[in-house]
Amino acid sequence: MDLKDLPPSPAAADATPVVGAPLPHESARLHVTGRAAYTDDLPEPAGTLHAALGLSPLAHGRIEGLDLARLTALPGVVAVFTAADIPGENNVGPIVHDDTILARDTVSYLGQPVFAVIARTRDAARRAAALAKEVLQLSPLPAQLDLRAAHAAGQHVVPSMHLSRSSHPGGVAGAIAAAPHRLQGRFSLGGQEQFYLEGQISLAVPQDDGGLKVFCSTQHPSEMQALIAHALHLGNHAVQVECRRMGGGFGGKESQSALFACVAALAARHLGRPVKLRLDRDDDFLITGRRHGFEFDWDVGFDEAGRVLGVEVTMLGQAGHSADLSPPVLTRAICHFDNAYWLPDVAIHGHLPRTHTQSNTAFRGFGGPQGALAIEVILDDIARHLGQDPFAVRQANWYGTAEDGHNRHITPYLQVVEDNIIDPLTQALARDARYAERRAAVQAFNVGSPWLKKGLALSPVKFGISFNVNHFNQAGALVHVYLDGTVLVNHGGTEMGQGLNTKVAQVVAHELGLPLAQVRVSATDTSKVANTSATAASTGADLNGKAAQDAARQVWARLAGVAAQAWGVEPDTVRFAAGQVLGPEGQQMAFGALVQQAYVARVQLWSDGYYATPGLHWDRETLTGKPFFYFAYGAAVAEVLLDTLTGEWKLLQADLLHDVGQSLNPALDIGQVEGGFVQGMGWLTSEELVWHPQSGKLLTHAPSTYKIPTANDVPEAFTTRLFENANVADSIHRSKAVGEPPLLLGFSVFLALRDAVAACGQPGCLPPLRAPATPEALLAAIQAVRQAS
Amino acid sequence: MPAPTPIRFLFRGQPVEVPTDTPTRTVLQWLREDRQACGTKEGCAEGDCGACTVLVAELAEALPSASQAVLSAGVALRPVNACIRFLPSLHGKALLTVEDLADGSPAAPGPLHPAQQALLDCHGAQCGFCTPGFVMTLAAVHEAHQAHQDRDPTACAPNRGALADALSGNLCRCTGYRPILDAAQQMLAQTGPRLPLAGLRDQLLALQAAPAPSVDGCVHAPRDLATLARLRADKPEARLVAGATDVGLWVTKQMRPLGELIFLGDVAELRHIEATATALRIGAAVTLEDAWAALVARWPALHEMHRRFAGPPVRHAGTLVGNLANGSPIGDGPPVLIALGAELWLRRGEVQRRLPLQDFYLDYMKNALQPGEFVEAVEVPLQTLGAGWLTQAHKISKRLDCDISAVSAGFALRLDGDRVAEARLAYGGLAATVRRASGAEAALIGQPWTEAALRAAQAALARDYTPLTDLRASADYRRATAAALLERLWLSTRPHEPVPLEQLRVDLRTPA
Repeated sequence: MDLKDLPPSPAAADATPVVGAPLPHESARLHVTGRAAYTDDLPEPAGTLHAALGLSPLAHGRIEGLDLARLTALPGVVAVFTAADIPGENNVGPIVHDDTILARDTVSYLGQPVFAVIARTRDAARRAAALAKEVLQLSPLPAQLDLRAAHAAGQHVVPSMHLSRSSHPGGVAGAIAAAPHRLQGRFSLGGQEQFYLEGQISLAVPQDDGGLKVFCSTQHPSEMQALIAHALHLGNHAVQVECRRMGGGFGGKESQSALFACVAALAARHLGRPVKLRLDRDDDFLITGRRHGFEFDWDVGFDEAGRVLGVEVTMLGQAGHSADLSPPVLTRAICHFDNAYWLPDVAIHGHLPRTHTQSNTAFRGFGGPQGALAIEVILDDIARHLGQDPFAVRQANWYGTAEDGHNRHITPYLQVVEDNIIDPLTQALARDARYAERRAAVQAFNVGSPWLKKGLALSPVKFGISFNVNHFNQAGALVHVYLDGTVLVNHGGTEMGQGLNTKVAQVVAHELGLPLAQVRVSATDTSKVANTSATAASTGADLNGKAAQDAARQVWARLAGVAAQAWGVEPDTVRFAAGQVLGPEGQQMAFGALVQQAYVARVQLWSDGYYATPGLHWDRETLTGKPFFYFAYGAAVAEVLLDTLTGEWKLLQADLLHDVGQSLNPALDIGQVEGGFVQGMGWLTSEELVWHPQSGKLLTHAPSTYKIPTANDVPEAFTTRLFENANVADSIHRSKAVGEPPLLLGFSVFLALRDAVAACGQPGCLPPLRAPATPEALLAAIQAVRQAS
Repeated sequence: MPAPTPIRFLFRGQPVEVPTDTPTRTVLQWLREDRQACGTKEGCAEGDCGACTVLVAELAEALPSASQAVLSAGVALRPVNACIRFLPSLHGKALLTVEDLADGSPAAPGPLHPAQQALLDCHGAQCGFCTPGFVMTLAAVHEAHQAHQDRDPTACAPNRGALADALSGNLCRCTGYRPILDAAQQMLAQTGPRLPLAGLRDQLLALQAAPAPSVDGCVHAPRDLATLARLRADKPEARLVAGATDVGLWVTKQMRPLGELIFLGDVAELRHIEATATALRIGAAVTLEDAWAALVARWPALHEMHRRFAGPPVRHAGTLVGNLANGSPIGDGPPVLIALGAELWLRRGEVQRRLPLQDFYLDYMKNALQPGEFVEAVEVPLQTLGAGWLTQAHKISKRLDCDISAVSAGFALRLDGDRVAEARLAYGGLAATVRRASGAEAALIGQPWTEAALRAAQAALARDYTPLTDLRASADYRRATAAALLERLWLSTRPHEPVPLEQLRVDLRTPA
């Protein structure tokens, strides 16, 4: 039997239903008792030193010198390192090698690390590093801080991208011009700080053979390993990176944990002592990038029903000073401009202007939310222009299906939409959330309320699942069965709160017919599973669940063989359930007993597993192919109350319906859906990033100035349901990825606010509301629609 | 020179001594670095995220009557941010952290505290990093409710809105809060296990004999007013510290040396709220939470300002007088108290004087204190409770909770019939100091309270201030909302068809 082509284990059918059960997070008890250890909680090895980074006080400048002597003379300071101390490649750029660990020659944003102070205490290191302004000699260079100006000046971090599809003889422009109606507009969309509660941290511990073990809060241990090795001129095999759990990641610890891992490793390597680098929150904000803000210019032609006939959009993504992950972020923005809609003629121009600001990076949705929000704003404007309900216009534009014969099921990047459930899903939500009834109630309220206005919106999500870069769509796992029948699983994914380890443990327990308590998932460790992909793009459970399943099935097959031989039955008649192994004629033994027998019979009790997502292809030049294994869907209805005197507002009600296929764990999935919704809402409302217009300093660099939602921002009337569905793709137990898609549910709040602003103007007014919709932005939009009336 | 006396407090049920020579070492640093008690997390080191929330317990009688601290088993408990709490402020008190609630050891899994069990059952933790802070805030809520029920079995549990208010100083980035609020409600139905308070009172009483920590040239924590006054007069350069909710950041963020410190939190005379027939006098060591509660009890219209002023861990540590004396141009206390006509009681040595709060602020972060002088109390006259008076307080910020205001306002207006007899309109966020809108006031006084008067006042208001643009708001938005708040005042109080505030505010909530 070819182990790679094993059938699903027969155990699955009659096992205790571990998969699909709303089990708590595997660390829940540790979380609530304060025993869950994050990197900073690990006992420090004796002699541990502490690092702090000296940051550029200029947005752009040439490095002329550094007063090292002044720093090394400070109490507690052990060493100071600069770019010159890096023996290997001074680079942490994941795609383009344009990101230094420590700046050399020039600084290109305010906050860029230029030197690292190593001291006996963290406090001493921070005090020394804080002298950066005084010890660094920099000569200023002109700083470009404006996205549109950088684009106009032709300054980009990578070449621009263009995706176009047209069946009109005049091309997309012809389709727009020929349409009965036409609108043009601009939309400005801010970025978003990940605000993981646990800041960036690494602890590097020298090993006796010259290697390093690095404990790092990261979504991408293998990349940390490789970048540390390159920086230090070591083989990858000399660097081991481990991450048990993160206190949140959200994309911010995919590429951008590398700088800190490399600095800690560099210092540990030079000094031969353990070195820890834990960032202060303000430094974390000033050094690391975040979600890209975008600027959109759009031009759309449409018919009386609001159907889009042609649309052209130019999107500028704020890359910052270097490429980081901006190219794939822009690709995903382009691939999500369609959201749930058939766009017959479409032209998308994507640009990544270079500004002297932090280099922006992954954040839950990875450009998808930005691209999709643009079309939602456009459809909203079409609806208002025509005097129609925005939901009706959305419905008129849904993707079709292969079966409906209308040929409205191909994305602009030429992937066939195979599993379109957006219409039944949104209809179910509109019915359950009483959309039509509440629309009438909102209108009636607004007629009788001069100062407070209500707004309502239903917004859909279609989100493509897989890394746009094909080769990242692979994963490995190890399943070890020990002699007492307990099971240890290791896989390449990382646990950042999303419950990945819980889901993987559920998958393995299911395969082996074991209670969950018998299966444990250990820390992610580059010395166990090699060359792993980042835990990102929502693919954690899809990839690692399949890989762990593969490993578990191999062990299962061997064990079934041993039982079959013992009982003289066929292996496929052996069942594993509830910790027992059952034969076809009532034979029974404990799982542990079978393991013992297998061991004595010299049968391998552990296995590796591997998975690569099938059927994906992508042409980076033409931006076409099948980048996604499948799509996840969802929708939300939000109702808001807006104070037209001040722009203050409140979310009154939210109803979410989301598609996770057949849920591996409904409790964890609902947690992701709700958390994503609130995070999306925060992005589009209170979370405003402000840079000083002259110095380029990020002024909102701490929770005192950067405001993520609190418990009071969540409405009491808040329902979340999972849509009954099974993945058409052969995913792990027909589930769907859930990390990123629900973030787009937060659109509903922003669109409801636009609706409330529109209620302040004449019918047909188009609210010029930017995101984030702070009270100030809302009041400006209210004043604009009133003046236009 | 007397020998340095250490800081003594209770930790894990035992008295501990900590040397006093590093008085700006934070409770969080001590927990994590010195005691390897890593359940308490650092999320921001500025008192804004709540990941470091711990409980501080002291003898109940040390607090003013009607204190908002959790009173149970003869002790008073408060949730505070360990990250900006200096160690000397623990002297004579007890520190409780997440590790005190349940053993939680995987080796011997015992029962969890109801806050912990409910968070687990409701899936209220995802990444888990903020969770210990939520656990501690919820444990305080639980203890308060249980103690309340001990005294009155019919006591109602706080509703969901009140629970969200209680949690407004704790940030979670993963869950979206719904499961945490569910857990809070579920927890309240569970009676135990309770916090480990048995015997704590006796231990605290025993601690009171220990001398106050003092190291000359470094730190003092006097317990009586006379000692404080003498120290202050002798050491005019020393830094006064009450709750350290601002000064704490000077240390954790700016790494500023603070010099010699005088803690006034333990000065018995300053911990009182005295109500006379004509005024409410709030001592300099009274927490924001207790002070606002006392104000709201008399001026219910201040309720929204109370609930939106910082988060509970800051309100339970910081003091109202600290907020006033700090003199931030965007402080939310000064506009309200200036509008209410408050006066400061200042003291230097034996010499006392009174100064209207509005005269205290001279320029940006400059006040009228003389060297060696300090603010002993703020006295709020009850005059504005009289007939004809209207009082309101408003706050504009990007986020409802726990956000520094773009604009804040305190209004007190006396109507004589339909005519404005007196007007005190004070704004924060519009100038280098909080101050009154003298032009707008003049435009109103003597005028009938009509739309014409409102418009005249708004026009004058535009000339009263030249606000700045910063990260919180533009000058235009500040001007617009300052005028809008005046409009809200007029609409809600106009003699003809006043508009109920519920039709003018999105965040209005009646006191629980």
